[in-house]
Amino acid sequence: MRPKHRIGLLFVMVGLLFGLTGCGRTDMSVFDPAGPVAKMELSVIMTSVYIMTGVFIVAMAILVYVLIRFRRRKGQDLPPKQVEGNNWMELTWTIIPLILMGILAVPTVSTAFALDQKQTGPNTMNVTVKASQFWWQFEYPDLGIVTAQALHIPVGTKVNLKLETTDVMHSFWVPRLAGKTDLIPGRVNTMWFEASQPGEYQGKCAEYCGPSHGVMDFVVIADTPQQFQAWVQKMKNPQVQPTSAQAAEGEKLFAQNCATCHAIAGTNFKGVLGPDLTGFADRPKVAGVLDNNPTDVEKWISDPAAIKPGTKMPKLPLNQQQISALSAFLEGLK
Amino acid sequence: MAKPLEEVLSHHVHTVEAPHKRHWLLDYLSTVDHKKIGIMYVLIGVFYLLVGGVEALLMRIQLFVPNNQFVSYPTFNELFTMHGTNMIFFAAMPLIFGLVNLIMPVQIGARDVAFPFMNAVSLWFTFVGALLVNISWFFGPAPSAGWFAYTPIGLDKYTPGTGMDFYVIGLQIAGFGSLMGAINFIATILNMRAPGMTLLRMPLFTWTSLVTSGLIVFGFPPLTVGLFLYMFERLFGGHFFDATMGGNPLLWTHLFWIFGHPEVYIVVLPAFGMISEVVATFSRKRIFGYTSMVIATVLIGFIGFMVWVHHMFTVGLGAMANSIFAISTMLIGIPTGMKVFNWLFTMWGGQIRFKPPMMFALGFLPTFVIGGFTGVMLAAAPADFQYHGSYFVVAHFHYTLIGGVVFGFFAGLYYWFPKITGRMMSEVLGHINFWLMFIGFHLTFFPMHLAGLFGMPRRVPTYNPGMGLEIWNQLSTIGAFIMGVSMIVFAANVVYAFTKGKVAGADPWDARTLEWAVPSPIPEYNFAQTPLVRGLDPLWIAKEEGSTVPAAEPLGPIHMPSNSFLPLVMAVGLFIAGFAAIYHRLFFIVLGLEVIALAMFYHSLNDDEGHHILPEESTRVREVRA
Repeated sequence: MRPKHRIGLLFVMVGLLFGLTGCGRTDMSVFDPAGPVAKMELSVIMTSVYIMTGVFIVAMAILVYVLIRFRRRKGQDLPPKQVEGNNWMELTWTIIPLILMGILAVPTVSTAFALDQKQTGPNTMNVTVKASQFWWQFEYPDLGIVTAQALHIPVGTKVNLKLETTDVMHSFWVPRLAGKTDLIPGRVNTMWFEASQPGEYQGKCAEYCGPSHGVMDFVVIADTPQQFQAWVQKMKNPQVQPTSAQAAEGEKLFAQNCATCHAIAGTNFKGVLGPDLTGFADRPKVAGVLDNNPTDVEKWISDPAAIKPGTKMPKLPLNQQQISALSAFLEGLK
Repeated sequence: MAKPLEEVLSHHVHTVEAPHKRHWLLDYLSTVDHKKIGIMYVLIGVFYLLVGGVEALLMRIQLFVPNNQFVSYPTFNELFTMHGTNMIFFAAMPLIFGLVNLIMPVQIGARDVAFPFMNAVSLWFTFVGALLVNISWFFGPAPSAGWFAYTPIGLDKYTPGTGMDFYVIGLQIAGFGSLMGAINFIATILNMRAPGMTLLRMPLFTWTSLVTSGLIVFGFPPLTVGLFLYMFERLFGGHFFDATMGGNPLLWTHLFWIFGHPEVYIVVLPAFGMISEVVATFSRKRIFGYTSMVIATVLIGFIGFMVWVHHMFTVGLGAMANSIFAISTMLIGIPTGMKVFNWLFTMWGGQIRFKPPMMFALGFLPTFVIGGFTGVMLAAAPADFQYHGSYFVVAHFHYTLIGGVVFGFFAGLYYWFPKITGRMMSEVLGHINFWLMFIGFHLTFFPMHLAGLFGMPRRVPTYNPGMGLEIWNQLSTIGAFIMGVSMIVFAANVVYAFTKGKVAGADPWDARTLEWAVPSPIPEYNFAQTPLVRGLDPLWIAKEEGSTVPAAEPLGPIHMPSNSFLPLVMAVGLFIAGFAAIYHRLFFIVLGLEVIALAMFYHSLNDDEGHHILPEESTRVREVRA
């Protein structure tokens, strides 16, 4: 291949970047923001992409021209003129980038400060996020609710997050709503975000945190204000009575095996080491990664470390019947 | 200036060392010759490039399909930790040190580095440090907390077992070697230039070596301190990084990146130097804007120390700190941009020859420019909230490190291979090697930008199906294997060169700098007569006049240092001590340290004044190799 073909290939690839930004499933795409924070961040991203693409095209145009125009040809025995440099040209490619950097620096700094503000006013809400290997807890201090793995928020409300970790560093990332902020031992970090449209937004741990870092998922569920109020009421008065004999058996097993770690609001189960299981049946996922159906719940209980190596949840000495009973009990928690 | 031969020799207890033949292996194990040391550095670098490459391929197989079970999650964590550690510390660094050792002293007209013995010590410390980290694969868990080993995840409580101890102690030993090597290069460059070679007549590769060495001298101590605290925390239960005991995990993060960011420039600056040499030679033109290239190099070195917080935009330091470091990071784009345009205008008006070294240099240009641009994108702090910890970052730094260091290194290696070995590599294989690497590289890493922006965090052993991530990962895996094939072609080319390669002669590329004025391979003493330098590109000046580089001294006996096994012995002692420390064996720790102490003691008392090479010998070598 000739060098110009190689450059052509590059242009095609850069073109792909733009062509494909709208492609693929967009569950986690930064290019499909669903709230003002992610929108502001995307706007800085696109500003930098435009500036950089412009410079890239100029530089590559020069390269392509040079490679075609100044190939060594037959009969060129005498060396070319030796040029030391050119002050004006060298100044040009110092000053123009300086100006471009200045153009990029303005939105960078203003957005940095805008994102750093704690949001106040009537339409705000506070949530404390506590991350542990390898799950997420969400506390609503003003509502007295604790939940895990799924963070419910009302649409159009600015959510102030306090971010804490119980063990190692983690990072809270919901690409369609907001970029990430780390959770660091001994520190409380803050961030805010808002969802403009109802929906489920996939979240990920983005700081390496151990064997199951890759499956430390969670979801942010943006409800309409009415849905959110209904959810809050349900969480405050959860249905905890077993609905079948099997579920009642499961409740007994839960008391014997699970209650030291897990809490369920409205019961005597007050464990704090593991995720709070109030309203378990309404969560979209089990352990953040499996579907919430009896099969997957049983799969999780029968060997948690097979799904999440390094998890603190032990493999309990239960038979299949007992596991099914536990699952039936959990699926009754609404 | 030069004393009569008899007078010189009469001052020495050992006069002329008998030219007895040592077995080549013993010769290499005891050598203090900067060229042989350089070759060994390059061999270490290439070896760990292959090790790191195999680790990368295993990861790419795992990520080929979602929810793959090819390797377990803990093994995957070991793989990416060792891949990063090997590639940065034991591939990039030795490759850079190797070529600087091989070429820099010759470029400045010196006969050796300033401290040949210490040079060998540096090499062997690097060797045993690399060995120590990598044998962890065979002695229980390999390190698994990532190459930047964030605390507290890397501490005993969360990563038990010996893995991270191997990392901490192995890197400490290798870092020791790097620091000594850098001091050696600085002393060499500042003190041992041939007459007439002022600072602003030094080739750009020498300049970048000098700045890189300066960065090492200021950049490695924070790492050393950090690793020292890490060692105390892991081995003796200190609590520097433990928030529950009043420590602060961000202390490590800061110390690591105060080292870690300059480290990027430590490895990439010499590559810039190589690109400058290759672009000038294969355009048959003097480098455009030499002075601004030097200024840009020094500026990059300076600013490189003021940007480390851009690795920490998401740790919550606040908008003010983030803004300051965002802007300082963007500033680095300016001297880098100056370099790119200077390279472009070096070729402007030239006569470009598309030989393999030039192909790698040309491949470097767009690749590194993309890497630089994504670097500026990452510098925009609020945008970085989205990129941080995602595959976008993985894409970015591979564009700079492979696009910069590996393409730069291959340009340099294809360029200087005939000088080092006296044999030409195959041009056809060189072109195949280049194209496979270039295509494989972009196929591997360009999609990673997209995977990251579509929500794929880095360091994940798997991903969910149906998120639109499959295709990008599959392209990456295919690209990685194409790069793997390109390395096989490279190996074939080396074999070809040694079996069928043409004899190179002193100046096969019509080059410009002093190393091309001596025979290939370079004789032990580099220059029979120290050259006289009259400007930038001394060989080119001589060729324009139709003559050779003039000598600054008459032909005489050449004083050379003697071989010694002590550097190897010292490194073995440190290896024993380090290995024993990992397993808490006090007796062997003391034993190892004593070996070092005794070796140093013996070296201090041993009155070895080296030997001389007589003019007859140097004349004979010149005739044979010319």
